[in-house]
Amino acid sequence: MSVLLFTIIVLIGAFLAGLLGSLTGLGGGVIIIPLLTLGLGVDIHYAIGASIISVIATSSGSAAAYVKEGITNVRIGMFLEIATTASAIAGVIIATYIKADYIIVIFGFILLFSAFMMLRKKVDHSNNEKTSILANYFKLNGSYPTENGPKQYAVHHVVGGFAMMFIAGTLSGLLGIGSGALKVIGMDNIMKIPFKVSTTTSNFMIGVTASASALVYLHKGQIDPAIAMPVTIGVITGATIGAKILIRTKTDKLKVIFAIVVTFLALQMIYKGLTGGA
Amino acid sequence: MSRQIKHYLGDKDVQVILGTLLRVGVIVSTSVVLIGGIIFLLSHTHQAISYTDFKPEEAKFSSVAEIFKGLKALDGLAIIQFGVLLLIFTPIARVVFSIFSFLMEKDYMYVLIGIIVLCVIITSLYLDVAH
Repeated sequence: MSVLLFTIIVLIGAFLAGLLGSLTGLGGGVIIIPLLTLGLGVDIHYAIGASIISVIATSSGSAAAYVKEGITNVRIGMFLEIATTASAIAGVIIATYIKADYIIVIFGFILLFSAFMMLRKKVDHSNNEKTSILANYFKLNGSYPTENGPKQYAVHHVVGGFAMMFIAGTLSGLLGIGSGALKVIGMDNIMKIPFKVSTTTSNFMIGVTASASALVYLHKGQIDPAIAMPVTIGVITGATIGAKILIRTKTDKLKVIFAIVVTFLALQMIYKGLTGGA
Repeated sequence: MSRQIKHYLGDKDVQVILGTLLRVGVIVSTSVVLIGGIIFLLSHTHQAISYTDFKPEEAKFSSVAEIFKGLKALDGLAIIQFGVLLLIFTPIARVVFSIFSFLMEKDYMYVLIGIIVLCVIITSLYLDVAH
């Protein structure tokens, strides 16, 4: 394949990945990896390197759009980043010792899980009832502005949430993804942080975690500039347009269609991994 | 009351600076990638490309030093990789920025937590994982 053709195909694919990723909240990485490996026969190592770059691009791009609302809890983000960055680096190191086929299979299962999480009805568990000693000590509780003045919320199960972030970070480093679905479980379900706060805070964490992994991947030679170029430009353009469409469109039907596509890709990835990358 | 308002304005300022920082980071890095991409494509349009096997030993520009060396030679791929590096450093700049805002609030516990996170990231910059 010529350089020009490869660039054009990846550019279009990355644009769609960024667009659909921001419309459905699934992030860019989950589409970039199947596109490169299944679609273009790119080795999983290069696909992971390209994906981690797309994760940073989506995170910073949407953070710039969200930041005006001012509801990111920087303390929660920073506190949990100790877990996510350290475990992400561990994940990249683990990836060095695992057979590529196994990584492809693990990726397939995470993809299935993400599709399921996307369709699941989200329930806001936040409240202002008694909080844990640790949440008080680390000043994690906060408030966000509403029409009726600031609304207080209490953070729960700090240890459980922190542990969940270790798993999310490890998978992020291992697979080159943002691990958004797992971070949501940690923040919404375990720590009971309100959506308004957890969405932007998890996005902040995703970017910082991915940059830690990306530096290690760069040194391992997994970030190839000729792949990173169309991926970066495509994903950023797609995500920016997606964020604009999102404001005035309902995405329920799109999510169902997208979940079916993602499930199909996930099964193909698992099959590819199990049959030795045929 | 007036003190509260002042504090609120301070927070807003922080948000505005942060939003600008992120936007500038994304725009600048994408532009650099685009410029490098054009230079690379013009000179390699019809060259064959294949990524079916992972060959880390052939990886060019896999460290900050190599990227800067390539930049001096105006190598398209090095320019792309420099843009990628800028993109990677955008969230890290956000951490540094947060540490400073904690310092201004005199919240030393979070200054320390921020520095720990930064140290972990810096470790990754110097970590040499065997291929």
